[in-house]
Amino acid sequence: MRPDLANDLLQLTGEHLVLVISAMAAAILMGVPLGIVLTRREGWRRPLLGFASVMQTIPSLALFGFLIPIPFIGGIGTRTVIIALVMYALLPILRNTFVGIASVDTAVCESAVAMGMTSGQMLRQVQLPLAAPTILAGIRVATVTTIGTATIAAAIGGGGLGVFIFRGVASVDTAQILAGAVPAALMALAADGGLGWVERKLSRA
Amino acid sequence: MALVEFRDVSYEVGGREILSEVNFTVEPGETLVLLGRSGSGKTTALKMTNGMLFPTRGQVRVEGRPTTEWDPIGLKRRIGYVIQEVGLFPHFTVEQNVGLVPTLEGWPAPDVQQRVEQLLDEMGLPPADYRARYPRQLSGGQRQRVGVARALAADPPLLLFDEPFGALDPVTRVELQRQFLDLQHNLQKTSIFVTHDVREALRLGTRIGLLTRGRLELAADPETFRNLRSEEALAFLSSLE
Repeated sequence: MRPDLANDLLQLTGEHLVLVISAMAAAILMGVPLGIVLTRREGWRRPLLGFASVMQTIPSLALFGFLIPIPFIGGIGTRTVIIALVMYALLPILRNTFVGIASVDTAVCESAVAMGMTSGQMLRQVQLPLAAPTILAGIRVATVTTIGTATIAAAIGGGGLGVFIFRGVASVDTAQILAGAVPAALMALAADGGLGWVERKLSRA
Repeated sequence: MALVEFRDVSYEVGGREILSEVNFTVEPGETLVLLGRSGSGKTTALKMTNGMLFPTRGQVRVEGRPTTEWDPIGLKRRIGYVIQEVGLFPHFTVEQNVGLVPTLEGWPAPDVQQRVEQLLDEMGLPPADYRARYPRQLSGGQRQRVGVARALAADPPLLLFDEPFGALDPVTRVELQRQFLDLQHNLQKTSIFVTHDVREALRLGTRIGLLTRGRLELAADPETFRNLRSEEALAFLSSLE
Protein backbone atom coordinates (compact mmCIF):
# COMPACT_ATOMS: atom_id res chain seq x y z
CA MET A 1 0.00 0.00 0.00
CA ARG A 2 1.12 3.54 -0.70
CA PRO A 3 2.61 5.15 2.40
CA ASP A 4 0.37 8.25 2.17
CA LEU A 5 -2.71 6.01 2.35
CA ALA A 6 -1.33 3.72 5.06
CA ASN A 7 -0.85 6.72 7.36
CA ASP A 8 -4.50 7.75 7.16
CA LEU A 9 -5.95 4.24 7.15
CA LEU A 10 -5.89 3.66 10.88
CA GLN A 11 -7.30 7.07 11.73
CA LEU A 12 -10.11 6.91 9.16
CA THR A 13 -11.05 3.34 10.09
CA GLY A 14 -11.22 4.46 13.71
CA GLU A 15 -13.49 7.39 12.79
CA HIS A 16 -15.66 5.07 10.77
CA LEU A 17 -16.01 2.66 13.66
CA VAL A 18 -16.95 5.49 16.03
CA LEU A 19 -19.66 6.68 13.61
CA VAL A 20 -21.11 3.20 13.22
CA ILE A 21 -20.93 2.24 16.89
CA SER A 22 -22.49 5.49 18.16
CA ALA A 23 -25.25 5.38 15.55
CA MET A 24 -26.02 1.72 16.25
CA ALA A 25 -26.01 2.24 20.02
CA ALA A 26 -28.50 5.09 19.68
CA ALA A 27 -30.64 3.21 17.16
CA ILE A 28 -30.82 0.14 19.42
CA LEU A 29 -31.59 2.22 22.50
CA MET A 30 -34.46 3.87 20.62
CA GLY A 31 -35.60 1.06 18.32
CA VAL A 32 -35.95 -1.81 20.79
CA PRO A 33 -38.01 0.06 23.41
CA LEU A 34 -40.14 1.65 20.67
CA GLY A 35 -40.66 -1.78 19.11
CA ILE A 36 -41.87 -3.07 22.49
CA VAL A 37 -44.23 -0.10 22.78
CA LEU A 38 -45.63 -0.94 19.33
CA THR A 39 -46.70 -4.40 20.53
CA ARG A 40 -48.77 -2.74 23.25
CA ARG A 41 -50.09 0.37 21.48
CA GLU A 42 -51.84 -0.53 18.28
CA GLY A 43 -52.45 3.11 17.38
CA TRP A 44 -48.71 3.88 17.23
CA ARG A 45 -47.92 1.17 14.70
CA ARG A 46 -48.86 2.88 11.46
CA PRO A 47 -47.34 6.29 12.20
CA LEU A 48 -44.08 4.97 13.67
CA LEU A 49 -43.43 2.19 11.14
CA GLY A 50 -44.54 4.60 8.42
CA PHE A 51 -42.07 7.26 9.55
CA ALA A 52 -39.23 4.76 9.72
CA SER A 53 -40.11 3.40 6.26
CA VAL A 54 -40.21 6.87 4.71
CA MET A 55 -36.76 7.58 6.17
CA GLN A 56 -35.44 4.52 4.34
CA THR A 57 -36.67 5.80 1.00
CA ILE A 58 -34.76 9.09 1.19
CA PRO A 59 -31.44 8.78 -0.66
CA SER A 60 -28.68 9.03 1.93
CA LEU A 61 -26.82 11.89 0.30
CA ALA A 62 -30.08 13.85 0.15
CA LEU A 63 -30.84 13.13 3.82
CA PHE A 64 -27.43 14.46 4.85
CA GLY A 65 -28.17 17.52 2.73
CA PHE A 66 -31.60 18.05 4.30
CA LEU A 67 -30.16 17.84 7.80
CA ILE A 68 -27.44 20.46 7.32
CA PRO A 69 -29.67 23.58 7.60
CA ILE A 70 -31.75 22.24 10.52
CA PRO A 71 -30.83 23.98 13.80
CA PHE A 72 -29.55 21.94 16.79
CA ILE A 73 -29.54 18.52 15.09
CA GLY A 74 -28.07 19.67 11.79
CA GLY A 75 -24.91 21.39 10.62
CA ILE A 76 -21.64 20.10 9.27
CA GLY A 77 -19.86 17.23 11.03
CA THR A 78 -20.13 14.03 13.00
CA ARG A 79 -23.34 14.79 14.89
CA THR A 80 -25.41 15.27 11.75
CA VAL A 81 -23.98 12.10 10.28
CA ILE A 82 -24.87 10.06 13.35
CA ILE A 83 -28.43 11.42 13.35
CA ALA A 84 -28.89 10.44 9.73
CA LEU A 85 -27.42 6.97 10.33
CA VAL A 86 -29.76 6.43 13.29
CA MET A 87 -32.74 7.26 11.10
CA TYR A 88 -31.68 4.63 8.58
CA ALA A 89 -30.94 1.99 11.20
CA LEU A 90 -34.22 2.53 13.03
CA LEU A 91 -36.61 0.70 10.69
CA PRO A 92 -35.05 -2.77 10.70
CA ILE A 93 -34.59 -2.69 14.47
CA LEU A 94 -38.04 -1.29 15.19
CA ARG A 95 -39.79 -3.64 12.78
CA ASN A 96 -37.93 -6.77 13.87
CA THR A 97 -38.50 -6.05 17.57
CA PHE A 98 -42.20 -5.61 16.92
CA VAL A 99 -42.51 -8.64 14.64
CA GLY A 100 -40.31 -10.80 16.89
CA ILE A 101 -42.47 -10.15 19.95
CA ALA A 102 -45.77 -10.28 18.07
CA SER A 103 -44.94 -13.66 16.58
CA VAL A 104 -44.22 -15.42 19.88
CA ASP A 105 -46.59 -18.42 20.00
CA THR A 106 -49.96 -17.28 21.40
CA ALA A 107 -50.28 -20.50 23.43
CA VAL A 108 -47.02 -19.60 25.18
CA CYS A 109 -48.18 -16.04 25.93
CA GLU A 110 -51.56 -17.24 27.05
CA SER A 111 -50.05 -19.74 29.43
CA ALA A 112 -47.72 -17.03 30.78
CA VAL A 113 -50.81 -14.94 31.60
CA ALA A 114 -52.63 -17.97 33.02
CA MET A 115 -49.66 -18.77 35.30
CA GLY A 116 -49.97 -15.31 36.79
CA MET A 117 -46.99 -13.56 35.23
CA THR A 118 -47.16 -9.79 35.34
CA SER A 119 -46.77 -8.13 31.95
CA GLY A 120 -43.22 -7.08 32.89
CA GLN A 121 -42.26 -10.65 33.85
CA MET A 122 -43.78 -11.92 30.62
CA LEU A 123 -41.81 -9.37 28.60
CA ARG A 124 -38.46 -10.06 30.26
CA GLN A 125 -38.73 -13.81 30.79
CA VAL A 126 -40.76 -14.92 27.79
CA GLN A 127 -41.25 -12.44 24.96
CA LEU A 128 -37.80 -10.83 24.77
CA PRO A 129 -35.83 -14.10 25.02
CA LEU A 130 -38.00 -15.76 22.38
CA ALA A 131 -37.85 -12.70 20.11
CA ALA A 132 -34.09 -12.21 20.60
CA PRO A 133 -32.95 -13.96 17.39
CA THR A 134 -35.38 -11.87 15.30
CA ILE A 135 -34.38 -8.63 17.05
CA LEU A 136 -30.73 -9.49 16.53
CA ALA A 137 -31.34 -10.20 12.84
CA GLY A 138 -32.71 -6.64 12.57
CA ILE A 139 -29.67 -5.24 14.35
CA ARG A 140 -27.39 -7.20 12.01
CA VAL A 141 -29.05 -5.87 8.86
CA ALA A 142 -28.98 -2.35 10.29
CA THR A 143 -25.28 -2.61 11.20
CA VAL A 144 -24.21 -3.82 7.79
CA THR A 145 -26.15 -1.06 6.02
CA THR A 146 -24.87 1.56 8.44
CA ILE A 147 -21.24 0.61 7.74
CA GLY A 148 -21.91 1.19 4.04
CA THR A 149 -23.94 4.37 4.44
CA ALA A 150 -21.36 5.85 6.80
CA THR A 151 -18.95 6.19 3.85
CA ILE A 152 -21.11 9.08 2.65
CA ALA A 153 -20.45 10.93 5.91
CA ALA A 154 -17.31 12.38 4.36
CA ALA A 155 -19.52 14.45 2.04
CA ILE A 156 -20.57 16.64 4.97
CA GLY A 157 -17.34 16.53 6.90
CA GLY A 158 -18.12 13.55 9.09
CA GLY A 159 -14.85 11.75 8.40
CA GLY A 160 -14.48 7.99 8.18
CA LEU A 161 -13.43 5.73 5.31
CA GLY A 162 -15.58 7.76 2.90
CA VAL A 163 -12.82 10.40 2.96
CA PHE A 164 -10.64 8.04 0.90
CA ILE A 165 -13.47 7.31 -1.49
CA PHE A 166 -14.44 10.95 -2.11
CA ARG A 167 -10.79 11.96 -2.47
CA GLY A 168 -10.17 9.03 -4.81
CA VAL A 169 -13.19 9.88 -6.95
CA ALA A 170 -12.17 13.55 -7.15
CA SER A 171 -8.60 12.73 -8.24
CA VAL A 172 -9.47 9.62 -10.29
CA ASP A 173 -7.21 7.57 -8.02
CA THR A 174 -8.40 3.95 -7.94
CA ALA A 175 -5.96 2.91 -5.23
CA GLN A 176 -7.40 5.57 -2.96
CA ILE A 177 -11.02 4.52 -3.68
CA LEU A 178 -10.08 0.93 -2.84
CA ALA A 179 -8.32 2.05 0.34
CA GLY A 180 -11.74 3.25 1.53
CA ALA A 181 -13.99 0.64 -0.04
CA VAL A 182 -12.08 -2.52 0.90
CA PRO A 183 -11.79 -1.85 4.67
CA ALA A 184 -15.47 -0.78 4.75
CA ALA A 185 -16.46 -4.00 3.02
CA LEU A 186 -14.30 -6.07 5.38
CA MET A 187 -15.85 -4.30 8.35
CA ALA A 188 -19.34 -5.08 7.04
CA LEU A 189 -18.44 -8.74 6.48
CA ALA A 190 -16.96 -9.01 9.97
CA ALA A 191 -20.06 -7.44 11.55
CA ASP A 192 -22.34 -9.71 9.52
CA GLY A 193 -20.38 -12.82 10.48
CA GLY A 194 -20.00 -11.90 14.14
CA LEU A 195 -23.63 -10.92 14.71
CA GLY A 196 -24.79 -13.91 12.67
CA TRP A 197 -22.85 -16.17 14.99
CA VAL A 198 -24.46 -14.60 18.09
CA GLU A 199 -27.86 -14.93 16.42
CA ARG A 200 -27.38 -18.65 15.80
CA LYS A 201 -26.24 -19.11 19.40
CA LEU A 202 -29.39 -17.39 20.62
CA SER A 203 -31.81 -19.30 18.43
CA ARG A 204 -30.36 -22.61 19.52
CA ALA A 205 -30.78 -21.85 23.22
CA MET B 1 -68.64 -23.29 50.68
CA ALA B 2 -68.47 -23.75 46.92
CA LEU B 3 -64.97 -23.26 45.57
CA VAL B 4 -66.31 -21.78 42.33
CA GLU B 5 -69.70 -20.30 41.68
CA PHE B 6 -71.10 -18.91 38.42
CA ARG B 7 -74.11 -16.66 39.05
CA ASP B 8 -76.16 -15.74 35.98
CA VAL B 9 -72.96 -15.28 34.01
CA SER B 10 -73.27 -13.89 30.51
CA TYR B 11 -70.41 -12.90 28.27
CA GLU B 12 -70.67 -10.90 25.11
CA VAL B 13 -68.00 -9.92 22.67
CA GLY B 14 -68.72 -7.75 19.66
CA GLY B 15 -72.48 -8.09 20.18
CA ARG B 16 -72.29 -11.89 20.08
CA GLU B 17 -73.28 -13.76 23.20
CA ILE B 18 -70.74 -16.47 24.04
CA LEU B 19 -72.26 -17.44 27.40
CA SER B 20 -75.87 -16.79 28.44
CA GLU B 21 -76.96 -16.85 32.06
CA VAL B 22 -74.76 -19.70 33.10
CA ASN B 23 -75.16 -20.96 36.66
CA PHE B 24 -73.16 -23.66 38.40
CA THR B 25 -71.11 -24.33 41.47
CA VAL B 26 -68.06 -26.51 41.96
CA GLU B 27 -67.66 -28.12 45.37
CA PRO B 28 -64.26 -29.07 46.79
CA GLY B 29 -63.01 -32.44 45.56
CA GLU B 30 -65.22 -32.78 42.51
CA THR B 31 -64.39 -32.76 38.83
CA LEU B 32 -66.87 -30.80 36.79
CA VAL B 33 -66.56 -31.58 33.11
CA LEU B 34 -67.83 -28.95 30.70
CA LEU B 35 -68.70 -30.76 27.50
CA GLY B 36 -69.54 -29.00 24.26
CA ARG B 37 -68.70 -28.50 20.61
CA SER B 38 -66.14 -25.94 19.49
CA GLY B 39 -67.51 -22.47 19.97
CA SER B 40 -69.95 -23.52 22.68
CA GLY B 41 -68.26 -21.26 25.23
CA LYS B 42 -66.34 -23.88 27.25
CA THR B 43 -62.97 -22.19 27.11
CA THR B 44 -64.57 -18.82 27.83
CA ALA B 45 -66.08 -20.25 31.03
CA LEU B 46 -62.67 -21.54 32.04
CA LYS B 47 -60.96 -18.22 31.38
CA MET B 48 -63.57 -16.49 33.53
CA THR B 49 -62.75 -18.72 36.45
CA ASN B 50 -59.17 -17.48 36.80
CA GLY B 51 -59.87 -13.91 35.80
CA MET B 52 -58.46 -13.98 32.26
CA LEU B 53 -61.94 -12.77 31.24
CA PHE B 54 -64.68 -11.12 33.24
CA PRO B 55 -68.46 -11.56 32.83
CA THR B 56 -70.46 -8.96 30.94
CA ARG B 57 -73.33 -9.66 33.34
CA GLY B 58 -73.47 -11.75 36.49
CA GLN B 59 -70.67 -12.84 38.78
CA VAL B 60 -68.01 -15.50 39.01
CA ARG B 61 -67.01 -16.20 42.59
CA VAL B 62 -63.89 -18.07 43.63
CA GLU B 63 -63.76 -19.04 47.31
CA GLY B 64 -66.77 -16.80 47.83
CA ARG B 65 -65.17 -13.68 46.35
CA PRO B 66 -66.09 -12.24 42.95
CA THR B 67 -63.19 -12.53 40.50
CA THR B 68 -63.40 -8.76 39.95
CA GLU B 69 -62.37 -8.22 43.57
CA TRP B 70 -59.39 -10.59 43.53
CA ASP B 71 -55.89 -9.39 42.84
CA PRO B 72 -55.67 -10.52 39.19
CA ILE B 73 -52.16 -11.98 39.52
CA GLY B 74 -52.81 -13.62 42.89
CA LEU B 75 -55.97 -15.31 41.61
CA LYS B 76 -54.17 -16.82 38.61
CA ARG B 77 -51.34 -18.13 40.78
CA ARG B 78 -53.87 -19.84 43.07
CA ILE B 79 -55.37 -21.74 40.16
CA GLY B 80 -53.51 -24.31 38.07
CA TYR B 81 -54.14 -24.09 34.34
CA VAL B 82 -53.43 -26.73 31.71
CA ILE B 83 -54.08 -25.68 28.13
CA GLN B 84 -54.60 -27.60 24.94
CA GLU B 85 -51.43 -26.57 23.12
CA VAL B 86 -49.56 -27.10 26.41
CA GLY B 87 -47.93 -23.68 26.19
CA LEU B 88 -44.67 -24.77 27.79
CA PHE B 89 -41.96 -22.14 27.42
CA PRO B 90 -39.71 -23.48 24.64
CA HIS B 91 -36.63 -21.71 26.03
CA PHE B 92 -37.10 -23.08 29.57
CA THR B 93 -35.98 -26.56 30.65
CA VAL B 94 -38.53 -28.97 32.06
CA GLU B 95 -37.32 -28.01 35.53
CA GLN B 96 -37.75 -24.28 34.89
CA ASN B 97 -41.16 -24.81 33.34
CA VAL B 98 -42.47 -26.86 36.24
CA GLY B 99 -40.93 -24.53 38.82
CA LEU B 100 -42.38 -21.42 37.18
CA VAL B 101 -45.15 -20.45 39.60
CA PRO B 102 -43.21 -21.33 42.77
CA THR B 103 -40.31 -19.22 41.44
CA LEU B 104 -42.67 -16.33 40.67
CA GLU B 105 -44.05 -16.72 44.18
CA GLY B 106 -40.53 -16.31 45.55
CA TRP B 107 -39.94 -19.79 46.96
CA PRO B 108 -36.29 -20.43 47.90
CA ALA B 109 -34.45 -22.27 45.12
CA PRO B 110 -33.90 -25.56 47.05
CA ASP B 111 -37.65 -25.76 47.82
CA VAL B 112 -38.52 -25.20 44.17
CA GLN B 113 -36.06 -27.90 43.13
CA GLN B 114 -37.44 -30.38 45.65
CA ARG B 115 -41.00 -29.67 44.54
CA VAL B 116 -40.08 -30.09 40.88
CA GLU B 117 -38.42 -33.47 41.55
CA GLN B 118 -41.41 -34.68 43.52
CA LEU B 119 -43.84 -33.65 40.76
CA LEU B 120 -41.79 -35.16 37.94
CA ASP B 121 -41.65 -38.40 39.93
CA GLU B 122 -45.42 -38.36 40.40
CA MET B 123 -45.94 -37.75 36.70
CA GLY B 124 -43.74 -40.72 35.81
CA LEU B 125 -40.89 -38.61 34.40
CA PRO B 126 -37.71 -39.53 36.33
CA PRO B 127 -36.11 -36.15 37.24
CA ALA B 128 -32.61 -37.35 36.47
CA ASP B 129 -33.62 -38.01 32.85
CA TYR B 130 -36.03 -35.19 32.24
CA ARG B 131 -35.29 -32.10 34.33
CA ALA B 132 -32.66 -30.65 31.96
CA ARG B 133 -34.54 -31.35 28.72
CA TYR B 134 -36.25 -28.71 26.64
CA PRO B 135 -39.92 -29.15 25.61
CA ARG B 136 -38.93 -29.89 22.00
CA GLN B 137 -37.03 -32.95 23.24
CA LEU B 138 -40.22 -34.49 24.65
CA SER B 139 -43.07 -36.44 23.07
CA GLY B 140 -46.57 -34.94 23.03
CA GLY B 141 -47.65 -37.05 26.00
CA GLN B 142 -44.54 -36.16 28.03
CA ARG B 143 -45.06 -32.50 27.25
CA GLN B 144 -48.62 -32.65 28.51
CA ARG B 145 -47.43 -34.38 31.69
CA VAL B 146 -44.99 -31.53 32.23
CA GLY B 147 -47.92 -29.16 31.64
CA VAL B 148 -49.90 -30.88 34.39
CA ALA B 149 -46.88 -30.84 36.72
CA ARG B 150 -46.50 -27.10 36.09
CA ALA B 151 -50.16 -26.52 36.97
CA LEU B 152 -49.76 -28.51 40.20
CA ALA B 153 -46.49 -26.87 41.22
CA ALA B 154 -47.70 -24.29 43.72
CA ASP B 155 -50.24 -26.78 45.11
CA PRO B 156 -53.32 -24.81 44.00
CA PRO B 157 -56.69 -25.91 45.39
CA LEU B 158 -58.30 -25.60 41.96
CA LEU B 159 -57.18 -26.85 38.56
CA LEU B 160 -58.50 -25.86 35.15
CA PHE B 161 -58.02 -28.18 32.16
CA ASP B 162 -58.72 -26.85 28.68
CA GLU B 163 -58.92 -29.91 26.38
CA PRO B 164 -55.51 -30.98 27.61
CA PHE B 165 -55.49 -34.38 25.92
CA GLY B 166 -57.18 -33.37 22.67
CA ALA B 167 -54.08 -33.47 20.48
CA LEU B 168 -52.70 -36.79 21.77
CA ASP B 169 -52.90 -40.20 20.12
CA PRO B 170 -55.68 -42.42 21.56
CA VAL B 171 -53.34 -44.68 23.53
CA THR B 172 -51.47 -41.82 25.19
CA ARG B 173 -54.77 -40.07 25.82
CA VAL B 174 -56.16 -43.02 27.78
CA GLU B 175 -52.88 -43.28 29.70
CA LEU B 176 -53.06 -39.64 30.70
CA GLN B 177 -56.74 -39.91 31.58
CA ARG B 178 -55.87 -42.78 33.91
CA GLN B 179 -53.11 -40.68 35.42
CA PHE B 180 -55.56 -37.82 35.86
CA LEU B 181 -57.92 -40.09 37.83
CA ASP B 182 -55.06 -41.33 40.01
CA LEU B 183 -54.01 -37.78 40.72
CA GLN B 184 -57.54 -36.76 41.50
CA HIS B 185 -57.84 -39.71 43.85
CA ASN B 186 -54.52 -39.09 45.61
CA LEU B 187 -54.50 -35.31 45.83
CA GLN B 188 -58.22 -34.61 46.23
CA LYS B 189 -57.99 -31.55 44.01
CA THR B 190 -60.96 -29.74 42.57
CA SER B 191 -61.03 -29.50 38.79
CA ILE B 192 -62.97 -27.98 35.97
CA PHE B 193 -62.23 -29.96 32.84
CA VAL B 194 -63.23 -28.82 29.37
CA THR B 195 -63.57 -31.31 26.53
CA HIS B 196 -65.50 -32.10 23.37
CA ASP B 197 -65.01 -35.84 23.85
CA VAL B 198 -68.05 -37.45 25.47
CA ARG B 199 -66.09 -40.58 26.46
CA GLU B 200 -63.55 -38.44 28.25
CA ALA B 201 -66.38 -36.56 29.97
CA LEU B 202 -68.02 -39.76 31.20
CA ARG B 203 -64.72 -41.23 32.32
CA LEU B 204 -63.34 -38.25 34.22
CA GLY B 205 -66.29 -36.20 35.41
CA THR B 206 -68.01 -36.51 38.75
CA ARG B 207 -70.50 -34.09 37.22
CA ILE B 208 -71.07 -33.09 33.62
CA GLY B 209 -72.24 -29.80 32.26
CA LEU B 210 -73.30 -29.67 28.64
CA LEU B 211 -72.78 -26.33 26.91
CA THR B 212 -74.84 -25.58 23.82
CA ARG B 213 -74.23 -22.20 22.21
CA GLY B 214 -73.48 -20.60 25.56
CA ARG B 215 -76.30 -22.27 27.50
CA LEU B 216 -75.58 -24.83 30.19
CA GLU B 217 -77.44 -28.02 30.97
CA LEU B 218 -76.16 -29.70 34.12
CA ALA B 219 -76.19 -33.39 34.97
CA ALA B 220 -75.68 -34.52 38.56
CA ASP B 221 -73.45 -37.44 37.54
CA PRO B 222 -72.39 -39.41 34.45
CA GLU B 223 -75.38 -41.78 34.86
CA THR B 224 -77.85 -38.90 34.78
CA PHE B 225 -76.04 -37.53 31.75
CA ARG B 226 -76.63 -40.77 29.85
CA ASN B 227 -80.34 -40.29 30.42
CA LEU B 228 -80.54 -36.68 29.24
CA ARG B 229 -82.95 -36.31 26.38
CA SER B 230 -82.13 -32.82 25.04
CA GLU B 231 -81.23 -32.62 21.39
CA GLU B 232 -77.57 -31.77 22.07
CA ALA B 233 -77.21 -34.47 24.72
CA LEU B 234 -78.62 -37.05 22.33
CA ALA B 235 -76.26 -35.86 19.63
CA PHE B 236 -73.28 -36.39 21.93
CA LEU B 237 -74.58 -39.70 23.31
CA SER B 238 -75.19 -41.05 19.82
CA SER B 239 -71.47 -40.60 19.11
CA LEU B 240 -70.83 -43.25 21.79
CA GLU B 241 -72.33 -46.06 19.72
